[in-house]
Amino acid sequence: MAEPGKQLQKLCDLKDKIVESYPAKVGKNRAKHIQVKGCVETPVIDANAKTLPGIITTRGCAFAGAKGVVLGPIKDAVNLVHGPVGCSYYSWLTRRNLARPAEGGKSFLQYCCTTDMQEGDIVFGGEKKLMQAIREVHDILAPEAIIVSATCPVGLIGDDIASVSRQAEEELGVKVFSANCEGYKGVSQSVGHHIACNALMEHVVGTEELEDPTPFDINIFGEYNIGGDLWSIVPMLEQIGYRIVSTYTGDASVHDLARAPQAKLNILMCHRSINYATRMFNDRYGLPWLKVNYVGLEETARSLREMARFFGDEELMEKTEAVIAEEMERITPEIESYRQRLEGKKIMLFVGGSRAHHFQLLSEELGMTVVMAGYEFAHRDDYEGRQVLAGMKKSGISKVVQDIHYELQPGFKPPLSETELEEKNRDLGGHLLDYEGMIPQMKSGAMIVDDLNHHETEIVIRELEPDVFCSGIKDKYVVEKMGVPSRQLHSYDYSGPYTGFDGALTFARDIDMAVSTPTIKFITPPWKNTEADCDA
Amino acid sequence: MRQVAIYGKGGIGKSTTTQNLTSALGEMGKKIMVVGCDPKADSTRMLLGGLAQQTVLDTLREEGEEGVELDDVMKSGVHGISCVESGGPEPGVGCAGRGIITSINMLENLGAYEEDLDYVFYDVLGDVVCGGFAMPIREGKAQEIYIVASGELMAMYAANNICKGIKKYADSGGARLAGIICNSRNVDGELELLTAFASRLGSQLIHFVPRDNVVQRAEINKKTVIVYEPECAQAEEYRILAGKIDGNEMFVIPNTMTQDELEKMMMEFGILEAA
Repeated sequence: MAEPGKQLQKLCDLKDKIVESYPAKVGKNRAKHIQVKGCVETPVIDANAKTLPGIITTRGCAFAGAKGVVLGPIKDAVNLVHGPVGCSYYSWLTRRNLARPAEGGKSFLQYCCTTDMQEGDIVFGGEKKLMQAIREVHDILAPEAIIVSATCPVGLIGDDIASVSRQAEEELGVKVFSANCEGYKGVSQSVGHHIACNALMEHVVGTEELEDPTPFDINIFGEYNIGGDLWSIVPMLEQIGYRIVSTYTGDASVHDLARAPQAKLNILMCHRSINYATRMFNDRYGLPWLKVNYVGLEETARSLREMARFFGDEELMEKTEAVIAEEMERITPEIESYRQRLEGKKIMLFVGGSRAHHFQLLSEELGMTVVMAGYEFAHRDDYEGRQVLAGMKKSGISKVVQDIHYELQPGFKPPLSETELEEKNRDLGGHLLDYEGMIPQMKSGAMIVDDLNHHETEIVIRELEPDVFCSGIKDKYVVEKMGVPSRQLHSYDYSGPYTGFDGALTFARDIDMAVSTPTIKFITPPWKNTEADCDA
Repeated sequence: MRQVAIYGKGGIGKSTTTQNLTSALGEMGKKIMVVGCDPKADSTRMLLGGLAQQTVLDTLREEGEEGVELDDVMKSGVHGISCVESGGPEPGVGCAGRGIITSINMLENLGAYEEDLDYVFYDVLGDVVCGGFAMPIREGKAQEIYIVASGELMAMYAANNICKGIKKYADSGGARLAGIICNSRNVDGELELLTAFASRLGSQLIHFVPRDNVVQRAEINKKTVIVYEPECAQAEEYRILAGKIDGNEMFVIPNTMTQDELEKMMMEFGILEAA
């Protein structure tokens, strides 16, 4: 081993300690989801597997993945939830996926629409009520599209939402489509992402023509504009000379999504949630995708350079370098001041479908050490890289959703011929249509945990003593009660954006505030306050 | 109040048996309510002299929860038997099982289960296909389950499956198997086979109801046999069945069989040829 020091051995032992804290059968299962880089030659992570009963997981459901993540942010469509009222209300405006209507355009993200199924709808079927709800949405709000999402009971009673949507589309003359994203369909929200991608490919993508294509048209995939992340990078991309045709799906218009196939390159931010769509774009339109990361200074610069290299245009490359130079010069001194305070601080990241990867590179730029990183709903390729895909067996659960494979659409001219694509890919070091995953860039001694649960959270915090823990709302306060500050990297705690050059600075400021403010450590919870008067 | 559920394979004659049986009990002066748990809503047709029944679920759909009154959904049939049909969705939509749960809960809330009832009979559709159709044997509704069967493999297969359902809920709901009623199909050795089958389940063949075309004639005339031809032999058979059920004290948790055991038994009685 390259670094067989005592510290590494302690971490390798920590994995055993966690495993041994469980009953044997559970421990055996969890052992496959926990690795320490450096303890084994090539860490293999079991992921996208069923959470064991009794474990407090932080995962969501298929409905959360489809409606909540992928379909929800489409601003000029109305998301109509077919189900009891709670599924709709509690998934409404909870993700901070910001949007503003285009000039003369529409945004319906502030609205919450549901069929509010009742006992009678379950017994007699809810199709008529759904049809009526679609008509009402159309009459009252007149959105550009209506997207129907299924909740659990819809699948149980077999309401045919696809056929209702088809009928409604014919009757109303507006795009209506549906996603059979019943919550129970997968082990986490992940399967919902796939279902949503399939729905977009089948009903939206390619249904409109891009009237004025330009040579530098791109689509941004896996960017949901959390806290304004998209708005932070768009001006920079436009300054360099790109035109953004569409964003899947932050601040998105359904019309832009429909016109996406004629772009020249898809850049992909969140790999897990939408790589299905980038793959299908490549199948159907020969449109290549490039994994980018614009969280962190170096990563933003690297991503911009790779994009410019893909297009191979001199002016684009010059402008890219100019933007990078200018921004670096402006940001570096400020980052430096934060770096002095953050140097050597320990951070844990348990978030997203690529975020744990993206944010560890930025954290390291700020001088911090990533002691643990992981995902709730990722698959093996998000951890280990897409080369593992070929050898992965399909589990019974992943067969629930259809993996659609398209042929190249007849008559469609791909932006690059096959030989051109190969050439470009060689030039880009094989980065096109590929993702190396999170693990290769992790440092030795970093712990990787898939589907981290509350029990393990407590152990890793006690043993590894992080200075800040980044995750979501459900574990935030558990962590803070342990005296460790927590920042939410799903929603950014009302802050952000964290992307691009300015975003890095905002992140540095927020983390600095978290770790340099001792408030959390001074709070003694009542049950630990031995001096409290128990009789009071 | 004895709460009785009649189960059995689809088409075996549950509704016919239930109506003739309750008619005979009614004749004995018992106070009875019959709850049809089949979306077709034909469990009380012969008691009411026609399908004049507004179902619980139809009323619920049309009037809303607030609007359902007991008088709307409960009709009085022959011998003063109270008749209720649960009803349900059209074939292929919604959830009929959930409908039965809704319907029975609603009847309870409406006070349909009067103190002075001697019997409540549930006539339940086909096999125990899902949780909804098991409703009468869950949560302490029906305590006695009779299974209508014949000497045909599928009828016994269904009966065995229903027993699995009874066993499952035996502890929580207190339901017990009270006996097998043979509605004869004139299969060879039917009486012996069903007697053995019932005893294998740890229960009894409570009565062997022979096949008689008067049942069909009465049915066409929308009447029970007891009313249509009170003097005939078949009416007497139903009276005997009613008497046996009224005096029955054998309530057991059934010993269910595996498919192999069931087929082996059929072979022993020469019904199935050994392969």
